Amino acid sequence: MKTDELVRMLAADATVEAAPARQMVRAAIPAVILALALFLALVGVRADIVQALGSPRFWLKLIVCGALAATATGALLRAARPQPGLGRWGAWLWLPAAMLVVAVASELVVLPAQQWGAAAIGHNATICLLLIPTLAAAPLVASLLVLRRAAPARPALAGAVAGLMSAGVGALLYATHCTDDSPLFVALWYGCATAIVVAIGALAGRRVLRW
Amino acid sequence: MRADEREAEWAAAMRQAIGGDAGAYRGLLTALGGWLRIRMRARLAHSGCQDLDAEEAVQEALLAIHLKRHTWRTGEPFTPWVAAIARNKLIDQLRRRRRRAEVPLDDFLEEEFGSAPAEEPGTGLDVERVLGSLSERQRGIVRLVAIEGHSARDAAGQLGMSEGALRVALHRCLRGLATKLREGDS
Repeated sequence: MKTDELVRMLAADATVEAAPARQMVRAAIPAVILALALFLALVGVRADIVQALGSPRFWLKLIVCGALAATATGALLRAARPQPGLGRWGAWLWLPAAMLVVAVASELVVLPAQQWGAAAIGHNATICLLLIPTLAAAPLVASLLVLRRAAPARPALAGAVAGLMSAGVGALLYATHCTDDSPLFVALWYGCATAIVVAIGALAGRRVLRW
Repeated sequence: MRADEREAEWAAAMRQAIGGDAGAYRGLLTALGGWLRIRMRARLAHSGCQDLDAEEAVQEALLAIHLKRHTWRTGEPFTPWVAAIARNKLIDQLRRRRRRAEVPLDDFLEEEFGSAPAEEPGTGLDVERVLGSLSERQRGIVRLVAIEGHSARDAAGQLGMSEGALRVALHRCLRGLATKLREGDS
């Protein structure tokens, strides 16, 4: 086919998709509803939620997870573009990590050394490792579907960032169920769960996000 | 034309195109074709791939620019966005031939190519071969729109379909083309 002929075909095709950000908003609604329904059906909010609301450790957990979901959403929209790199969003991604490091450091100061181990191991490690990826599944699939229609410069990176965002959403929900509030537990087990989702996202991204 | 003038002109044309101005879009794609042709030829030669059909690379890039144009934000510079898309498609093509796939983005933004007239276009994509086989309807669309240059409305009339149905079929055909090209990679 001559290039002129292809150009005529392209010019006759007036179908323009919605911008990736708009598609992301549309996809987020069913994904979050699904994750929330799954969360309520499987475990629900912790029984002592009212007392928990008075605990700074509980709030810290929510803030770190929320910051992860928010900064990763920004990075995700950047990763959806054909120009490589994450721009300033790459730096913003360090915010939740830095918050967690400060929280862990404070905990180590506040808590006697004999209690460090117990606080880190907690009571919910297994369920944490299972539930965060489970709750992250719907947001991950939704964001990969949107990325597929965009033009991510680095498919594996875009998939990893989608995993990071989804893990943030999953962790935010799970954090309202889990009674282990120590930053030591959060850093260890939420961290592992997030790594699992990021790895799944990167592998899936490499396979399905090429364009 | 100076680079900043060209940038302003192209960005304006792309905005018109997204607004539905097929004429402005056709002009833009033709200009982009020339711009890409010089760069694809130079880059393929530099990578020791003179044997590759530069026109195929140009067409793949144009197809990607078309299908991914919603990822261009109307306020951002247009030329770097085009260069990023073109670079991605060229890397794909080099990888397909197992060539070293490092292409600096600056290669596309380089202005030192001069305005040497593009050579006679090569063969380009073999749509029929890439898509496996075209349905009767797709073949009709390709013939009327691409080769004979009819508008979507005229072509729909001649094929006895609604304009909407033709547009859907045309869009599917182009997306299918991109999918097949990508699958051919792996």
